[in-house]
Amino acid sequence: MSEGERAVPGAARSSLPPPALEMRGITKRFPGTLANDHIDLEVRPGEIHALLGENGAGKTTLMNILYGLISPDEGEIRIDGEPVAIRDPADAIARGIGMVHQHFMLVPVLTVAENVVLGAEIMHGPVLLDQAGAAKRIRSLAEQLGFTIDPNARVEQLSVGQQQRIEILKALYRRARILVLDEPTAVLTPQETEEIFAVLRRLRDEGASIVFISHKLDEVLRIADRITVIRRGRVVGERVPAATTEQELADLMVGRSVSLRVDRGVAHPGEVVLEVRGLHVRDDRRHEVVRGVDLDVRHGEIVGVAGVAGNGQEELVEAIVGLRRPSAGRIMLRGRDRTTASPREVRAAGVGYVPADRQRYGLVLSFTVGDNCVLTEYRKAPYARGVVRDERAIRRRAEELIAEYDVRTPGPGVRASTLSGGNQQKLVVAREFGDDELLILDQPTRGIDVGSTEFIHKQAIAQRDAGTAVLLVSADLDEVLELSDRVVVIHRGRVVGEFDAASAERERIGLLMARGVAA
Amino acid sequence: MIAAVRARLASWWRVATLPVLAIVLALAIAAVIIVASSAFTGTGFFPLLPIYAYGNLFAGAFGSDIALNNTLVAAAPLMLGGLAIGLGFKAGLFNIGVAGQFLAGAFAAAVVGSSLATAPVPVAVAVSLVAGGLAGAALGAIPGFLKARTGAHEVVTTIMLNNATALLLAWAVTDLARAPGFTFPRTGDIGTSALPVLLGRNLHLGVPLAFAAVFLIRWLLDRTTLGFEIRAVGANPNAARYAGISPLRIVTLTMSLSGLLGGLAGAVQMLGVIGFYASGISASVGFDSIAVALLGRSDPIGILFAALLFGAFRAGAPLMQITTQVPIEIIDIIQALIILFLAAELIVRRVFRVRARPLEIEGATTVTRTWAEGSVRT
Repeated sequence: MSEGERAVPGAARSSLPPPALEMRGITKRFPGTLANDHIDLEVRPGEIHALLGENGAGKTTLMNILYGLISPDEGEIRIDGEPVAIRDPADAIARGIGMVHQHFMLVPVLTVAENVVLGAEIMHGPVLLDQAGAAKRIRSLAEQLGFTIDPNARVEQLSVGQQQRIEILKALYRRARILVLDEPTAVLTPQETEEIFAVLRRLRDEGASIVFISHKLDEVLRIADRITVIRRGRVVGERVPAATTEQELADLMVGRSVSLRVDRGVAHPGEVVLEVRGLHVRDDRRHEVVRGVDLDVRHGEIVGVAGVAGNGQEELVEAIVGLRRPSAGRIMLRGRDRTTASPREVRAAGVGYVPADRQRYGLVLSFTVGDNCVLTEYRKAPYARGVVRDERAIRRRAEELIAEYDVRTPGPGVRASTLSGGNQQKLVVAREFGDDELLILDQPTRGIDVGSTEFIHKQAIAQRDAGTAVLLVSADLDEVLELSDRVVVIHRGRVVGEFDAASAERERIGLLMARGVAA
Repeated sequence: MIAAVRARLASWWRVATLPVLAIVLALAIAAVIIVASSAFTGTGFFPLLPIYAYGNLFAGAFGSDIALNNTLVAAAPLMLGGLAIGLGFKAGLFNIGVAGQFLAGAFAAAVVGSSLATAPVPVAVAVSLVAGGLAGAALGAIPGFLKARTGAHEVVTTIMLNNATALLLAWAVTDLARAPGFTFPRTGDIGTSALPVLLGRNLHLGVPLAFAAVFLIRWLLDRTTLGFEIRAVGANPNAARYAGISPLRIVTLTMSLSGLLGGLAGAVQMLGVIGFYASGISASVGFDSIAVALLGRSDPIGILFAALLFGAFRAGAPLMQITTQVPIEIIDIIQALIILFLAAELIVRRVFRVRARPLEIEGATTVTRTWAEGSVRT
């Protein structure tokens, strides 16, 4: 083949600069699964490119390949048209690739400046750090991005949104031109999301390439210039926001037609199941974060607690389920005082609980899927006869739940840690949903995909229709409004508003969440 | 059927690869040390010395019925002690107090045993063993309770209790429990409380008891609800609490059970080998048990094999020293190297270019994690 022939395809493209990042035919097999199946991805300079897909679709695997955390079985990566080999994150950083992980990689007790320079310190002589120089550079970087930050503040004192901006600063400080953000908005409030979007747009306008991993359709449509949709390890479509809809993206992502709105139907509330009166609860640092909450939940209704994360919702729920002892007040379940009951006693009284943090509370990740399926019922027949566990019964139960809740796993015998986030959540939901009197859902769909969310919402409504009292806590106001028959707004540990589903106005509730008053 | 057996073997090998390679590497380096030291001793520089030394070590451990019995007898207390440590690891606890629990068990068995020296064998043996186990359990319960109630780290409390126990027992044997008629402070003869010899000259009842304990603990961990609770607390105490398990109860209970096994190790050694308690009896079993549990990866079957290996070292070393003048202390070097390579498994991986499963020695993470996280919340 002569030089002339080879030049032809290049010539056709020569009007465009080469893509900042090109991934061609990336394939990665894991035992039992094909995580990436010949994935092509192309990101241009000055582009925000969204990578959309359900949990377990292979988004994170692809990005881990890009960042050198795992090596692909096949495929090629080009940066600015040059084929590159990325063996480890140091290679990736040297090539100008920056990664902002879903779980922040920050040292809470260090300052902003110390966190940013960690591993790439500017030295003042052989021993001392040039702290003033670092602080100056961080300030100017932040300024470029349109926000201010105190380089000397300790990271633990900052909000989640601010911490995320530090992660971005960290990448830019290392001169990243290709920035990968893995589910960046999963933990942010709507306001913080807007702020981060402003930062990303500014970066794009300065010529950076951004890969934005998400499964939130509205956000992807708002921020992205182009969208690549992945399903089960394969690229199933590429779209531009102007020429697509949420519905189309959702269908592509899930591979079937999904309903984005839940059909809630009418609630038929019965008698009161949960009665909370004048409840006060302290957090781990002994600050009072629940300050006099009254709350009723009845049979056959979903009560939604709306509030910005960190306004006492978590502690309120922990007190109800017995994980935290209230400092004052009363908790009654079906008329019986359960204020000081242990988690086991609360469960025995018919309470199911999907905790906000599935990895911390909901699952033992090193245990098998089967053991996690009976984590809360391991002592009961048929899973145990006396003190001896019945492996067969446990396995049968696990297989039932896996089938019924469509948990994607090779089987009950694998460790729960091998499941994707959405499937881990489905596992917890599968275990907790049953014939409960009261079902407590704390952030039931945080960080999980559309398909699973749709499923969990439908199940929650089915539970309500079967007569269960459901208490839903969520930082996602849309979710609260969609599911709840009644909405309670919590601000700084107090209930500041209560609405019927019919009379709930989004703006009014948003203001109450943010300020505690609606005026 | 054959395929299933093969898969089973393959999965065992995946787990055992790194420990086995660590042993091989430790023996290789100890061989270099043996050769090097031969240059400075009477034998003169002798490159083949390690082969003779290891040959005699092997012969002393497995070469005859007597050798085999010695190995099993030396392995029995290590099995029980290794189980004590391993059980703690499963619950996220590092019971360094096995040395103290071993002494307490040995002392209690000696005192009770000598007072029942003329009772019928079944009664004398059973009661003495139980006394030893209970003494260890009581000693284990203290740090367990302190940890559960106040968050006091068990590594600190058990180390302190080791010293307190050794000194308290030294006083007890010179004063309270001193038997008359001996020139030095010791407890009386144990008479019929001695563990019956089942085979040969010295293979006593403690050996089958230790094997039984291995399978009992394995059953406890894998098949019972208590074992599930212990493993859950060890793997994720928050999720355990959420699931209705009380970590406080499990921590106290596990430390007591761990102490019980440590105490039994002492009782078996006392009633099967030593025969009387005197100030200064060796509690090295307590520390060798840590190595056994680490080498066995906290798994009861792994501990069984690790204890047999360490028992073989102890049983074979005297023959090695007599015939090749390589000192018994080389065994301590080999054991230390094994643990070093288990902790620094990367070295083993590099040397042998293996891609076996990471070790996940529970103890290694246990220490750092529990230090960092502090107390279990009430």
